[in-house]
Amino acid sequence: MIGFYHPGHSLLHRAPALLKLGLLSLLIAVTVALQEPWQLGVVLAVAVLLAASARLPFRALWRQVSPVLWVLAIAVPIQLLFADWVMAVMMGGRLLIAVLLAALFTLTTTVGAVLDACEQLLRPLRRWVDTDRIGLLLALTIRSIPVIAAIVGEVMEARKARGTQGSVMSLAVPVIVRSLQSAEALGDALIARGFDD
Amino acid sequence: MSGIRFEDVSHGYGERPVLHEISLDITEQRVGIVGANGSGKSTLARMVNGLVTPDRGRVSVHGRDVAKNGREVRRLVGFVFTNPDNQIVMPTVAEDVAFSLRRRGLAKEEIAGRVAAILERFGLSGHADHAAHRLSGGQKQLLALASVLIAEPAVVVADEPTTLLDARNARLITDLLTGLDQQVLVVTHQLELLAGFDRVIVVEEGRIVADDVPDAAIRHYLGLLA
Ligand SMILES: Nc1ncnc2c1ncn2[C@@H]1O[C@H](COP(=O)(O)OP(=O)(O)OP(=O)(O)O)[C@@H](O)[C@H]1O
Ligand SMILES: [Mg+2]
Repeated sequence: MIGFYHPGHSLLHRAPALLKLGLLSLLIAVTVALQEPWQLGVVLAVAVLLAASARLPFRALWRQVSPVLWVLAIAVPIQLLFADWVMAVMMGGRLLIAVLLAALFTLTTTVGAVLDACEQLLRPLRRWVDTDRIGLLLALTIRSIPVIAAIVGEVMEARKARGTQGSVMSLAVPVIVRSLQSAEALGDALIARGFDD
Repeated sequence: MSGIRFEDVSHGYGERPVLHEISLDITEQRVGIVGANGSGKSTLARMVNGLVTPDRGRVSVHGRDVAKNGREVRRLVGFVFTNPDNQIVMPTVAEDVAFSLRRRGLAKEEIAGRVAAILERFGLSGHADHAAHRLSGGQKQLLALASVLIAEPAVVVADEPTTLLDARNARLITDLLTGLDQQVLVVTHQLELLAGFDRVIVVEEGRIVADDVPDAAIRHYLGLLA
């Protein structure tokens, strides 16, 4: 998702997004319920095997998982201090497995597949909500993350080029103005591409 | 009833008049619109697919009134914007192209086949699953064009489609546009790109001041600037 998708043809890539989402939730729930470190080890081994079967490059996985290692580096010693090593391992292991499983999902699932899955999930509510519209809203939200990130980057650069540092306001105002402009242009594009209601 | 027709079209934003009683019958295959900044070119172009509805007068495409049958007209008219970033709706290249067909009620396989074919045609096959926002400027405009053409419009309107591109990509996009089977209406400041066009319309302060073959129209336009 959001450009994290890593193309491939493995079982994991081809499995329906809804099934993957279900298994992801189930596995995380199981991990939370487990009591013994060796059981976590089994789940971790399964996750690693899945990653290997999907031929995901180590770097792509690392990009997803590394942020949580920082959290662990702080949280595990605290657990060791106030509880025992089993608690520390369980907590750290659960977090690591959850992030790894989530990474497996994002790296092997396109946004389109996620949207279709959302629409399927919402289908029973179709009588009350416009599922197509919610799907579009989700897609646009995901889409605007890199756009707004780019705008922030450009505004920061412009500030640097003019030698000003300034307040948060001097960053927020141009970012908001440009985001709104880009949203208006996107609205035009949506109309032009046939989504005119 | 083919082509694009403006009948006595006037328009303003707020108090400010921008177009004055424009009448045009556009049936040529490749038509350019040139004029100074603020002369009203974009307003004119955006009227063709109903992004702007005229205060007075009537715009029609293939005989259909744009103000009354907006949705139908937008199926006939594809629109290419200056900045392809604003036109990209979905995160990846293939998904963005497929987005144009979302409401056509086509089978998944049919959509996938058409997407693959159009990406092939525009040399984007290798980027199908890449993030659309990470493409180069030229590739993004190619993607925008592919997203428009997959919907099989009868007319393509482009508002300064090459302004953000380098000379090579500007030429590439222009050649693609002029090579289309569709009728093409292009707003541009890059006069050298208009050589192969059938007709060039010069807009000045909301009026059409020249309307001719490229050579003569461009000469007139450059005369205005002198
Ligand atoms: N949405 C709007 N609201 C208010 N004024 C507008 C709007 N769009 C355009 N204008 C004004 O209308 C006039 C014509 O604008 P238009 O965008 O049609 O010109 P243009 O010929 O495309 O110019 P450029 O070459 O700079 O793109 C300009 O003075 C512009 O400021
Ligand atoms: Mg313009």
